[in-house]
Amino acid sequence: MNWHAIRAIYRFEMARTFRTITQSIASPVLSTSLYFVVFGAAIGSRMGAIDGVSYGAFIIPGLIMLSLLNESISNASFGIYMPKWAGTIYELLSAPVSAIEIVFGYVGAAATKSLMLGALILITARLFVPYEVVHPFWMLGFLLLTAVTFSLFGFIIGLWADDWQKLQVIPLMIITPMTFLGGAFYSINMLPPLWQKITLFNPVVYLISGFRWSFYGVADVNIVVSVSAIVGFLLACLFAVWWIFRTGWKLKV
Amino acid sequence: MDPIISIKGLSKSYASGFEALKSVDLDIRRGEIFALLGPNGAGKTTLINIVCGIVNASAGTVHADGHDIVRDYRAARAKIGLVPQELSTDAFESVLATLKFSRGLFGKAPDPAHLERVLRALSLWDKRNNKIMTLSGGMKRRVLIAKALSHEPQILFLDEPTAGVDVELRRDMWQMVRELRTSGVTIILTTHYIEEAEEMADRIGVINKGELILVEDKNVLMRKLGKKQLTLQLQTPLAAIPPSLGGLPLELADDGNALVYTFDTQSEQTGIAALLRQLSEQGIDFKDLHSSESSLEEIFVSLVHGGSKGARA
Repeated sequence: MNWHAIRAIYRFEMARTFRTITQSIASPVLSTSLYFVVFGAAIGSRMGAIDGVSYGAFIIPGLIMLSLLNESISNASFGIYMPKWAGTIYELLSAPVSAIEIVFGYVGAAATKSLMLGALILITARLFVPYEVVHPFWMLGFLLLTAVTFSLFGFIIGLWADDWQKLQVIPLMIITPMTFLGGAFYSINMLPPLWQKITLFNPVVYLISGFRWSFYGVADVNIVVSVSAIVGFLLACLFAVWWIFRTGWKLKV
Repeated sequence: MDPIISIKGLSKSYASGFEALKSVDLDIRRGEIFALLGPNGAGKTTLINIVCGIVNASAGTVHADGHDIVRDYRAARAKIGLVPQELSTDAFESVLATLKFSRGLFGKAPDPAHLERVLRALSLWDKRNNKIMTLSGGMKRRVLIAKALSHEPQILFLDEPTAGVDVELRRDMWQMVRELRTSGVTIILTTHYIEEAEEMADRIGVINKGELILVEDKNVLMRKLGKKQLTLQLQTPLAAIPPSLGGLPLELADDGNALVYTFDTQSEQTGIAALLRQLSEQGIDFKDLHSSESSLEEIFVSLVHGGSKGARA
């Protein structure tokens, strides 16, 4: 294992994070805070509790997931797309590094950044809304698993994208709608019966439901199903990355 | 001595059917400066990119210092440094940070003293904390060389190292390449500038349309294919070469005002003394004379265009 290479990539990416801290950390924390102010403190005070949880507290897990998914994807996709775009990918391809080391470096840094962001949002939320965490171990586990899985997914998008538009299209056009419709702001039990069934095809439902369970002990879907869904997606992403590096798809001619 | 790079039957075909390389065999000797010459699209960069792991070969094998570049890619790549043709840099990074990244990427433990030596040798030490985007094109080229040297490679590929570089910097780079060779690094460079190859290379390979046409020691190549000519400016123009001189390789030029004598640089007897004696006997006077030699450029053009003999100077 080329540990020096993993460290070099990780440090390089983290340095980029801190160089662009306004965009990478401050901006998502601010926008999520606005959600807390509007939906949590202002509108939330006039809404009834859901599953015994006040509305302001109810939306916290969903809002953290919204930021976590988007930031994990954009951090990791940008991290690997940038060298492709700038042409500096030649160095990565000519270095004595394996696919797994490259993934550890880039995905590790992207996931770290997402975890930092998740923790910051969690702390910020406390300023606006009181909440509790019933299963802190599981909460951290969900955060970690989601950050790693979606950073890996972002890494694949970065490898796949050959222009800036493609880089943006999946987070903006697919992930954000799926998160909004995945129960970030409501319980799926509040939907009409048909939509309750349709919404189960949205994988983000399982993430938000599982994450919310770790906070309040209530879930829309079984926690085992939630964990299985995210682990399944993680394995699918790992397989895709393995295949990309094995074949050189979009990397080598 | 074992070659430091051994290329056998290397081919590259693209999905479009274009054959960039056609069964290339090439051995690079340890410690030499090897220049790969060829027109645009000849396959120079493809060859380098395959050896460095950036492009997949369609067929053939490459060994770097005895390591197969596919099966034993870690050991092979650790030996190789690459300076690409394009000025691809991490624009927002500082010079020193990008060197640290390169060194780590190639599996080497941090060594600030080595990085300082490299930066000083390339006159970049004062710029170490500058963002790369603020540097001139020539400086960026130096940064790319510094990155390649940051991990102490035994083999250095320089793909068009002096493209777009001013004359002074080009001379500096030639000097730097010579010093690297002295320190034991094997250097393979591609270039459009024939004078660059002529100035620096120990051996020259000429590649055209994916085929390696020739690999030869530079001096042997110059001797073998190079011609020297003696031009005599005559006092009185000649209508034709006198029959008594008919057996000599002479030509009339400049409407009979000049007599051009072509001779082989390899032979011990050039025949110049005999020619001058015969001209004197014939009463042919000349007011000036000068000699010239075919350059590598002419030899190269002649080879690429299918000629077997070097063009005349």
